[in-house]
Amino acid sequence: MTRSTKKGPFVDPSLMKKIAALNAKNDKRIVKTWSRATTIVPEMVGHTIAVHDGRRHVPIYITEEMIGHRLGEFAPTRLFRGHGAHTERSTSLK
Amino acid sequence: MARIAGVDLPREKRVEVALTYIFGIGATTSREILRATGVNPDTRVRNLTEEEVAKLRDTIERNYKVEGDLQREVQMNIKRLIDLGTYRGLRHRRGLPVRGQRTRTNARTRKGPRKTVGVRRKK
Repeated sequence: MTRSTKKGPFVDPSLMKKIAALNAKNDKRIVKTWSRATTIVPEMVGHTIAVHDGRRHVPIYITEEMIGHRLGEFAPTRLFRGHGAHTERSTSLK
Repeated sequence: MARIAGVDLPREKRVEVALTYIFGIGATTSREILRATGVNPDTRVRNLTEEEVAKLRDTIERNYKVEGDLQREVQMNIKRLIDLGTYRGLRHRRGLPVRGQRTRTNARTRKGPRKTVGVRRKK
């Protein structure tokens, strides 16, 4: 079921406030957020948003093409290192 | 010989069904086309008049994206997801189900024939 268009896209209000403040000052600072469900709206284009993946904030540079997608789509939450033996690759933390 | 949208020519079948052999035309679209052109859905393809074939070809060409063009569009959409670095793009790249289905079992359509993976020991 898709979201009702009546409501408009979901955007975390506090994140939107921060983006609006940066836009007003013509500033481009990284904004940290936990709101992975936030839809990317045109106001965010050009900003770098650090989206939480459960462990770290992954910096995402927002381009025009990303509008309509959600922030979480760009910060994977799982890290698969393959099955089997313990190798350098499977034990090291990224 | 009814040749519509490139290479498709199923004979002996009712037009309603025959049209669905074209990539991008299913049962619903097929019925829609026949209603728009006024062709009887029950006529066999071999019994279609030249005129009817021309009319069908014309409507399909004008109003529907089929075969190569459609396939290209689908590929472009997938490529866009991949280039954008989205989760869905990643799933396409890995050949795994894209819409959150389980992969512990099943998912054979996306994953293809079973490949057994043994435990690889440390050297």
